[in-house]
Amino acid sequence: MIENLFLGFTVALSLQNLAYCFAGVALGTLIGVLPGISPLVAIGMLFPLTFTLPPVASLIMLAGIYYGAQYGGSTTAILVNLPGETASAVTCLDGYQMARQGRAGPALAVAALASFFAGCVGTLLIALVGPPLGEWALAFGPWEYCALMTMGLVGSAVLARGDAVKGLAMVALGLLLGLVGADVNSGTVRYGFGVAELFDGIGFTVIAVGLFAVAEIVMNLESNEPRQVFTDKVPRLMPSRTDLKEASWPTVRGTVVGALFGILPGTGPALSSFAAYMLEKKIATDPSRFGKGAIEGVAAPEAANNAAAQTGFIPALTLGIPGTAVMALMIGAMVMQGLTPGPGVIAEKPELFWGIVASMWIGNLMLLVLNLPLVGLWVRLLRVPYRWLFPSIVMFCALGNYSVSSNPVDVYLCAGIGVLGYVLAKLECEPAPLLLGYVLGPLLEEHLRRAMLLARGDPSTFFTRPISLAFMIATALLLAAMIAPALRAARRLHKDPGPTE
Amino acid sequence: MKPNLLGSKDFLAGLLFLAIGAGAMVVARGYHFGTAMRMGSGYFPTMLGGILAAFGLFLVLRGIKTKEKAALTWGWKPLAFITVSMVLFGFLMTRLGLVPALVALFFAAALGGREFRFGEVLALTAAMTAFAVGVFIYVLKLPYQLFPGIYFL
Repeated sequence: MIENLFLGFTVALSLQNLAYCFAGVALGTLIGVLPGISPLVAIGMLFPLTFTLPPVASLIMLAGIYYGAQYGGSTTAILVNLPGETASAVTCLDGYQMARQGRAGPALAVAALASFFAGCVGTLLIALVGPPLGEWALAFGPWEYCALMTMGLVGSAVLARGDAVKGLAMVALGLLLGLVGADVNSGTVRYGFGVAELFDGIGFTVIAVGLFAVAEIVMNLESNEPRQVFTDKVPRLMPSRTDLKEASWPTVRGTVVGALFGILPGTGPALSSFAAYMLEKKIATDPSRFGKGAIEGVAAPEAANNAAAQTGFIPALTLGIPGTAVMALMIGAMVMQGLTPGPGVIAEKPELFWGIVASMWIGNLMLLVLNLPLVGLWVRLLRVPYRWLFPSIVMFCALGNYSVSSNPVDVYLCAGIGVLGYVLAKLECEPAPLLLGYVLGPLLEEHLRRAMLLARGDPSTFFTRPISLAFMIATALLLAAMIAPALRAARRLHKDPGPTE
Repeated sequence: MKPNLLGSKDFLAGLLFLAIGAGAMVVARGYHFGTAMRMGSGYFPTMLGGILAAFGLFLVLRGIKTKEKAALTWGWKPLAFITVSMVLFGFLMTRLGLVPALVALFFAAALGGREFRFGEVLALTAAMTAFAVGVFIYVLKLPYQLFPGIYFL
């Protein structure tokens, strides 16, 4: 492993990759801080820019944008009680209270340090768990893949925010959208409706940008935007020794919770930060302090969401199965770079896998260096009014799509998907499961066909092969959990903590 | 008061899923179905369409049963202007070039916002167009025309 990590660092420390990592982290933080732009939108609108880069550099930059935006979201959560993204919604509870008590500096510093610690552990976990998992998955047949994907998709619908039935319907809709275009086996064009541009399928950028960026702009414009920056100047206040002491164990616990949740499909950073917060509140000697500026309430969720963001890469990089919408975007980017996501990646492209892993650690370090001294700048950015931002985001959406294919039809399609995304969002259907379905659709069909052909049309094979059976049982448990009232209540709570994005 | 089904999110979402699922199944009838062992191009889409329609039906029934009364409001104005701004961009890009397309996009999009201040939009358009030209034409070197017939300045 030392050897591999060394390889990774030589890749990641090349001047070019270091520059892209920095660009990604800086852009990500910048966009994460800007009000009303979530990490998904950030990645969605910036990732056409990375297509011209070599694969390693483009993935390093995308990963940088992701955790940069995640980080930026915490800053806004603490300073203005406005979570830049769902995962930092919980940070608002105590972080904003700390800021109101004039302790914005320590809150930001603790959030940054906790995230950094969790990021380091997360990166180490990827390096430790990834390769054996990938090797194990090399033995997977089409049955295991089908079962694994089914588990991932059902998990994304059941465990994610919102109504589980709607989530499952969104998965089915996403799978259908993924089938548009020529069928690889027979060459039949499906759902092409005579539009030549649809014969190759609907572009990944079209779906991602339309669903997340365009639809979200309309949602934001429709709602009121009362927003005040509470803290004008952040007094440079490093946390005291007691602060650090109080925050250290919650950080460790948050990291463990986050790392576990990150690997599960569909949960991702958002649910993990919520779970970490609940855990701290439960084991605290004086739970009433929570919500009134308890430092543990900042450290634990921040550590958890960062750890989950990191470990989410494990299934995505080693199995090719994305657990969250952001990971679906990463997988999509890999496909567009001509890579085949899956267990083969580590063996065939070690420089890619280890390069990304190493760059994540470097990126986390950059964030720490970038964020603490620059907090003042980020605060000023919060004052940018949304009426300047949204036309610029629309520009990135339109131009980004056009730059992929040089075809205006993709821009029209993206606008259409935006309308669909808006309608679905209004009807409280979460877009993330749809995106996962869209990414996995062709793959699932391919493996299903192969599995059924090899088994001579006998579906019982899914239940006689042990690994496949295990995935199937897990899927059944997930569906059972959907009916369990306890999780329902938790999800409802989880849905509520304030306005998101 | 009779329940307002057009305000029920479950009902409307269900209806949408039901329509898309059923539509997908009907269209898939035109593709070769095959058998479970040798699936044709219509097998998987038909299956998915059926699943989608079934979830849709469930949601429709749930929507009728819960009798939601809260009215659902739609942001027609931003939706229309944002959509139009993207369509205008695509339409003008190939015909008149990047700069006119972006000017149209910014003004159309800004009209969808809460307030429209002409001077601000003009300044924003100028700044972002300059930025876009810099990034896409000079850094990424994409072969787009800026104005009709003009590729480089």
